Amino acid sequence: MTPDVAPLIYARGLTKRFTDFVAVDGVDFEVARGEAFGFLGPNGAGKSSTMRMIGCVSPVTSGTLRILGMDPAADGARIRARLGVVPQDDTLDLELTVRENLLIYGRYFDLPRRVIRERTEQLLAFANLSERGDDRVEPLSGGMKRRLTIARSLINEPEVLLLDEPTTGLDPQARHVLWDRLYRLKADGVTLVLTTHYMDEAEQLCDRLVVMDKGRIAACGSPRQLIEEHATREVLELRFDRADNAVIAEKLTGLAGRTEVLPDRLLLYTDDGDRALAEVGARGLEPDSVLVRRSTLEDVFLRLTGRTLVD
Amino acid sequence: MSTPLSLRSFSYWAYQYKRTWRSSLTSSFLNPVLFLAAMGVGLGSLVNKNAPSAARLGGVSYLTFLAPGLLAASAMQIAAQEATYPVHGAVKWLRTYHAMLATPLRVVDVLVGHLAWIAVRLLLVASMFTAVMAAFGSVRSWGVLAAIPAAVLTGMAFGAPIAAFAVGRESDSAFAPMFRFLVVPMFLFSGTFFPVSQLPAVLRPVAYVTPLWHGVDLCRSLALGRAGAVRSLLHVAYLLAWVAAGTAAGMRSFRRTLVT
Repeated sequence: MTPDVAPLIYARGLTKRFTDFVAVDGVDFEVARGEAFGFLGPNGAGKSSTMRMIGCVSPVTSGTLRILGMDPAADGARIRARLGVVPQDDTLDLELTVRENLLIYGRYFDLPRRVIRERTEQLLAFANLSERGDDRVEPLSGGMKRRLTIARSLINEPEVLLLDEPTTGLDPQARHVLWDRLYRLKADGVTLVLTTHYMDEAEQLCDRLVVMDKGRIAACGSPRQLIEEHATREVLELRFDRADNAVIAEKLTGLAGRTEVLPDRLLLYTDDGDRALAEVGARGLEPDSVLVRRSTLEDVFLRLTGRTLVD
Repeated sequence: MSTPLSLRSFSYWAYQYKRTWRSSLTSSFLNPVLFLAAMGVGLGSLVNKNAPSAARLGGVSYLTFLAPGLLAASAMQIAAQEATYPVHGAVKWLRTYHAMLATPLRVVDVLVGHLAWIAVRLLLVASMFTAVMAAFGSVRSWGVLAAIPAAVLTGMAFGAPIAAFAVGRESDSAFAPMFRFLVVPMFLFSGTFFPVSQLPAVLRPVAYVTPLWHGVDLCRSLALGRAGAVRSLLHVAYLLAWVAAGTAAGMRSFRRTLVT
């Protein structure tokens, strides 16, 4: 293998076992240089455990993991020197200023102060925090702290950026600002590896993703591929205000590839939503509201991981 | 040449000290002033009037007896504080250790860097304390300069094992009882304020086992210029054994807590 085509991250049979449960159960995946790769899954699916193994802070129980061609068990510190990590919970020093947080972090990588100073100005501009450079971190908003964490993770100009649920808990504006920054990084050739349980995030950011469930990989591909393979082209949503959805579902038999009965609506998975809707009318049914939409990753996700609540 | 990894974590602690250095140095100054004034001078004036007492104190004034013992005991107290809440906070509150471990730093660097910082803090406190001793006129020998590193060693004999204990605690609720039932009784009964020979015979062996008694006796004999080589070396060896055992325990507990 030449360095150009060798995957940046390579996992085979990767397993993480804790005393009482298996968090990651023998997963295989590869991440290529410059790719934006996502781990999508409900809580407890094993996403964060996988990320922590890639980040070389959690030892691999069994299986093979290579990052930048190195083994985390032997070369953890050397690998981490070339990674950027955005952990699920911020680890900023709330008492220090924004600039001081970058300085402290840069010193962990042994970057000269001059280099840190130069990069700090660029990173603060990138993170839209130039005005707040000398403010303490504690009173900053959640979105600002998250952007600072991302800026900090870039201080060593990493080849791979690991983002564990980068936008969880942020308001829509803050999420969009963050996505915009991540696009720019991707455009600059930084390899992004992220976990999320937001479908729109995965659809927007990821070239390729795996859907994880109960420690295993349930599906793998580009967002488009996953939708094609695991969902129909369109979904017809029907609401009947005063009727038993289960009874109505009987009357819809054979209309769509798959019909899902929810308490408040019926979902018909079909390749042609309008034709299915015409057929609904032809069968004498008059829904109170109707929506024909394209399938989304969310449909795939719920199909693969179920609708049961995971806590 | 690259900076040693544990020096990089040390420099974090040194950097964040600038947040609190004023109040910290003020208390390192006021603490010995108040104690030496109240106990050494005030209470001492009564003790010194009693000839048999003076003999049991080795023929020196109470202030001169007390000051080097208090130096060792203060080092213990500062070390216990520095090895509890900041260590716990670096796991649970600010999560500083987790931030460090996402970088090239390893668990051993996180531990060694933090312990090294505690040692430097102790050095500052002990130096300040010694300066106050001199101002009170209680210095009898140049040996007091050797009492400064001896006090640092005494503090670390507590700092290392306490940090090992503190890192794995789910909450900070264990620390108050630790101070109440271990640190304070040692402070009071390990020879700081009166010779251990005054304790009931059954309790004396307990005092001899505590690292603090060894630290107090070492600091006192050095400061008074009466240190015997063998006895001092035994003290140093005993204290070093606590530092080593505490650091080894710390390696285990830091790894168990931080690498999951």
